[in-house]
Amino acid sequence: MIHSLFLINCSGDIFLEKHWKSVVSQSVCDYFFEAQEKAADVENVPPVISTPHHYLISIYRDKLFFVSVIQTEVPPLFVIEFLHRVADTFQDYFGECSEAAIKDNVVIVYELLEEMLDNGFPLATESNILKELIKPPTILRSVVNSITGSSNVGDTLPTGQLSNIPWRRAGVKYTNNEAYFDVVEEIDAIIDKSDDVSFHPCIRFKRWESERVLSFIPPDGNFRLISYRVSSQNLVAIPVYVKHCISFKENSSCGRFDITIGPKQNMGKTIEGITVTVHMPKVVLNMNLTPTQGSYTFDPVTKVLTWDVGKITPQKLPSLKGLVNLQSGAPKPEENPSLNIQFKIQQLAISGLKVNRLDMYGEKYKPFKGVKYVTKAGKFQVRT
Amino acid sequence: MSSNSFAYSEQSGGGEATELGQEATSTISPSGAFGLFSSDLKKNEDLKQMLESNKDSAKLDAMKRIVGMIAKGKNASELFPAVVKNVASKNIEIKKLVYVYLVRYAEEQQDLALLSISTFQRALKDPNQLIRASALRVLSSIRVPIIVPIMMLAIKEASADLSPYVRKNAAHAIQKLYSLDPEQKEMLIEVIEKLLKDKSTLVAGSVVMAFEEVCPDRIDLIHKNYRKLCNLLVDVEEWGQVVIIHMLTRYARTQFVSPWKEEDGLEDDEKNFYDSDDDQKEKTDKRKKSYTMDPDHRLLIRNTKPLLQSRNAAVVMAVAQLYWHISPKSEVGIISKSLVRLLRSNREVQYIVLQNIATMSIQRKGMFEPYLKSFYVRSTDPTMIKTLKLEILTNLANEANISTLLREFQTYVKSQDKEFAAATIQTIGRCATNISEVTDTCLNGLVCLLSNRDEIVVAESVVVIKKLLQMQPAQHGEIIKHMAKLLDSITVPVARASILWLIGENCERVPKIAPDVLRKMAKGFTSEDDLVKLQILNLGAKLYLTNSKQTKLLTQYILNLGKYDQNYDIRDRTRFIRQLIVPNEKSGALSKYAKKIFLAQKPAPLLESPFKDRDHFQLGTLSHTLNTKATGYLELSNWPEVAPDPSVRNVEVIELAKEWTPAGKAKKENPAKKFYSESEEEEDSSDSSSDSDSESGSASGEQEEEGDSSDDSSEDSSSEHKSDSESASEVGNKRTAKRNSKSKRKRDSEDGENENEKSKTSDSSNADSSSIEESSSDSESESESESESESRKVTKVSTPVFVPVKTHVLLHRMSGKGLAAHYFFPRQPCIFGDKMVSVQITLNNTTDRKIENIHIGGKRLPVGMQMHVFNTIESLEPEGSITVSMGIDFCDSTQTASFQLCTKDDCFNVNIQPPVGELLLPVAMSEKDFKKEQGMLTGMNETSTVIIAAPQNFTPSVILQKVVNVANVGVVPSGQDHIHRFAAKTVHSGSLMLVTVELKEGSTAQLIINTEKTVIGSVLLRELKPVLSQG
Repeated sequence: MIHSLFLINCSGDIFLEKHWKSVVSQSVCDYFFEAQEKAADVENVPPVISTPHHYLISIYRDKLFFVSVIQTEVPPLFVIEFLHRVADTFQDYFGECSEAAIKDNVVIVYELLEEMLDNGFPLATESNILKELIKPPTILRSVVNSITGSSNVGDTLPTGQLSNIPWRRAGVKYTNNEAYFDVVEEIDAIIDKSDDVSFHPCIRFKRWESERVLSFIPPDGNFRLISYRVSSQNLVAIPVYVKHCISFKENSSCGRFDITIGPKQNMGKTIEGITVTVHMPKVVLNMNLTPTQGSYTFDPVTKVLTWDVGKITPQKLPSLKGLVNLQSGAPKPEENPSLNIQFKIQQLAISGLKVNRLDMYGEKYKPFKGVKYVTKAGKFQVRT
Repeated sequence: MSSNSFAYSEQSGGGEATELGQEATSTISPSGAFGLFSSDLKKNEDLKQMLESNKDSAKLDAMKRIVGMIAKGKNASELFPAVVKNVASKNIEIKKLVYVYLVRYAEEQQDLALLSISTFQRALKDPNQLIRASALRVLSSIRVPIIVPIMMLAIKEASADLSPYVRKNAAHAIQKLYSLDPEQKEMLIEVIEKLLKDKSTLVAGSVVMAFEEVCPDRIDLIHKNYRKLCNLLVDVEEWGQVVIIHMLTRYARTQFVSPWKEEDGLEDDEKNFYDSDDDQKEKTDKRKKSYTMDPDHRLLIRNTKPLLQSRNAAVVMAVAQLYWHISPKSEVGIISKSLVRLLRSNREVQYIVLQNIATMSIQRKGMFEPYLKSFYVRSTDPTMIKTLKLEILTNLANEANISTLLREFQTYVKSQDKEFAAATIQTIGRCATNISEVTDTCLNGLVCLLSNRDEIVVAESVVVIKKLLQMQPAQHGEIIKHMAKLLDSITVPVARASILWLIGENCERVPKIAPDVLRKMAKGFTSEDDLVKLQILNLGAKLYLTNSKQTKLLTQYILNLGKYDQNYDIRDRTRFIRQLIVPNEKSGALSKYAKKIFLAQKPAPLLESPFKDRDHFQLGTLSHTLNTKATGYLELSNWPEVAPDPSVRNVEVIELAKEWTPAGKAKKENPAKKFYSESEEEEDSSDSSSDSDSESGSASGEQEEEGDSSDDSSEDSSSEHKSDSESASEVGNKRTAKRNSKSKRKRDSEDGENENEKSKTSDSSNADSSSIEESSSDSESESESESESESRKVTKVSTPVFVPVKTHVLLHRMSGKGLAAHYFFPRQPCIFGDKMVSVQITLNNTTDRKIENIHIGGKRLPVGMQMHVFNTIESLEPEGSITVSMGIDFCDSTQTASFQLCTKDDCFNVNIQPPVGELLLPVAMSEKDFKKEQGMLTGMNETSTVIIAAPQNFTPSVILQKVVNVANVGVVPSGQDHIHRFAAKTVHSGSLMLVTVELKEGSTAQLIINTEKTVIGSVLLRELKPVLSQG
């Protein structure tokens, strides 16, 4: 299936290669670079590229391209999903999925890749199993290792691989047993939602189908139990509103920019962590604005305006106003830019979803249980 | 290329940096003059030294640096000899890194690689399954043709390994060996066939992958495993699920008939736009009026459904395409929601999913229409996502939603992403042609766009308007005039060309404007784009034909310009037009038709979706994404007209021949059920409470899987699981019925002496003629079970070898006031319950008067023990005798069952204590299976003793006689004269009881009993020992 993997950074350097079958020359990446050049924007590089002898399936994550080489028919999503799993694993192991982290831990990366695929077919992709096979690096361990010459390779056998519950290793023991639920809801403003659910494989489908109870043996550590979508009919209200006035004068090199944000209905909870991002039209040269609250930046190269608002206090609504300098002589922009808004509301699940109860069976101890609710902006776009 | 060379230098730079870091930690770091290419050799020398060192830390450091080199794509092959020496290192991390190295370079250094082989061969025999697995993995990854035979052998052995993890690795190794040496195909197929039978969820995905790579055309290998795969699917790991689902989709399309009904067919046939109606009717008529879905087909559809909720996008897509390709059209709808959910994922997933939705939405708008708004475009979406969404929105557009959509499109047209804005305009054009109600609205909207400031938008609008006007040319003179004015301002060649073409086509409708346009164009002809020049020529020609008075000279001027143009296309066209339109003596017959040729009615262009033709590829595949057939793409066949034989998927008594385990469960696979399963359906509703009971008796992982795999058949046989509390006689009837039909096959009914009792308990008509006692038909049924034992791995309960006539006193006539009772064990499976031991009681009346109302009174049974009593005997004549049957579940113990035997006047306390040998039922099995089972019952499950006896007591017949006298065991055919083997299972729990008598030299013998039921095992040992020792 997956023949080889190349990791490429933004400047087009291939900084890691791994082959699961015979070696494929780096030159195959030239086709990728060609496509990249054509696409102009990294986001527009097609995920699937056909070359005379191979197919290249790639993902773009954290400013890196993961380019895999395929020789025969395979569901593209299979490869894409796997590559993201690889990136997730790096993130999990090194705290970030960056070129520097990968280069610093090249041996672990190699060991991981070796375990994750056998002959191009996924072998161990569950974090729990991998961590038993290959221990993640810690500062302490790397110091100890360099002194004692001991290794990152686990000497215990990966029990998870051999059991029917691959997501949990055997014999997990802690002095404190805790179960926390984070209910994170994201509001997607221009996209409607419909209720639909996806599950971590630990959930027993049958019980969910018959009793609507989530029954599962949890993995050890953090994991995403379910993802759900709620349809727009059920959604009560959008918690923020934006008043905006953006105008560009004809035949003039300036324009006006004025936005105000206010809370709509927040059930007594504060809206915090508000950030507004605006992709300004290309003709905008600079912006002279005054925020009543928070701070703003405008990048004249990418034309991105970012306003870090912070919290909303209903007494004084935050606003940002001022002048926009345009390239002189250029026609005024056709369309006003859309505002992308980020925010967070703690202790609120806007859909009304609740973790009703958590029962644990088969263990004598009582775990500490906690639930946290957060509502966030998902892809929240306001057209102006 | 430039970026590549840049990459190279950058890489070595980066490489040095990491090596530097590692150097610092290494103990024998050299002074470190690196960075220059020349020092590379020296550095490798240093690595070699480190590898030779006897310190593990140095070796490890060296290996880490070498792996770093490999990762960067640097050549480290010259270190091969130094590295390969460490293949047997005790340090697990060094070993792993050496493996990494070996797999990378073995192909280039074949001779040296052979040095490592013996290490792996040794590791293949390691008691630790992970070491065996990893040895197999590396061995099979070394692409050295010489070791093909070794690999083949290793794969064969590993495929029979007890550890499913090792077997999984064997499945992976199959593909590796196949790509190394395709000649091994036939042998590998044998291994695949074997592994396909594997019931472990770990193995399933990997072996199906091997199947798809090595022999995807051998669909016949799947038949017998089809149901099992369907049932295991939910528990297979996610990657395996994808592979299995794709394979089963192909399988279903070859084995089942189409579930798509007529009305669905119509929608399906919509794409065959030009098909005549008659054609369609014929097609639909051909379809059978009454369609019933094969239950196996349904099984697949049902069992994949929960996977739509997988977190893995590939799994969701795999199920979606399965539904699309094989489920009834009415059920496909459920996939939309899940696919829409995937759109919240990253852009790559969105890209693939949107492509597939685009293809689906062409054929079935309805599926995604409720999710219309999910495809609205965000300004931050990458262009490729935007255009795909737009495509889908266009496909979904209909009379009801078009106005909403047009409003949405207006926003898109203003987008800063001009490529996308242009695509939106195309889309509006398509909507206008598809939905006649909005054609005018769209056209007006597009005309407004003509005054847009952005030239790309205007140009695209012109092109689209041109296409629209072509469809209804009559009433749009105004628009054409408007567009003619645009010629002064617009510069985009395609747009100019389109306007000119439009004016040419409609020159008679705009008689004043057209010549003027030609005049203007003639003026600037030389500076126009080639595309525009060609249209100027066309316009000239058309005007010349319709209005030669005004335009004759102009056209000739243009033709002259064209004659000397630099572009040969234009020169060609000029020559052609001149010959055609300008009359001269040489002009041929064609010029008469010039007007017809130029001003012919031209068919309007069809504005179609670019995804129109993708549907012939299986959805979700690489080929579908690329819209070309990828290497190794497996075609999805059309539904067969007539379904191939569905019985090929029937699994006869699967390996469930592990009969002795949960007795009830094993029975359900009995082929005999075919004979009566129809009539039994009403009883199906019984829940499987007893099922779980019987399982708990000996719950090994394997059994659970077994349970799963037989789920499909459990529907019509769940009645076998009836709890004992449920009318036992009913169960009894059924069992007799079963046996009855079974024995009927072979012989005419042979009446046993106990027919009377039989008919008492049985109501079903066909049971009447049968007999409980099958002892008389021993030989036949034995041969039957023997033949079965050959075809199946292990076997089932056989008939007793010997039934002792010995009776036990239940009630002495003295203590029973003249009523005497004896009991004996007929050694037959009990008709009252699977867990009961049959007991026959003979009652004698020794008095001179009738004894009336003989029945069983109070019972005092130990916990768990159950008893099925005989029906009350109304009266027993003096000197009369009657034999009745009972069933007692002794729970595999020799505890006493105490109860009261009552008459009309008295109650007598009586006891039945079973000899341990009667708690068994004989099992027929082969010597091989016996040894295998014995191998699993060692340690504390084994008891043995030494017997000393005279040699004449050790002749085979004597031993056989003695053993079967004591215990109801079956004889296992033995290849060795000095070893006698007997096998049985306990009646209650179905645990195996294996008895071995091995003769030693002299007059000793070893008696060994292997069983999980260690208590009755040792009791049996104690009972057998004196018997065998006696003279």
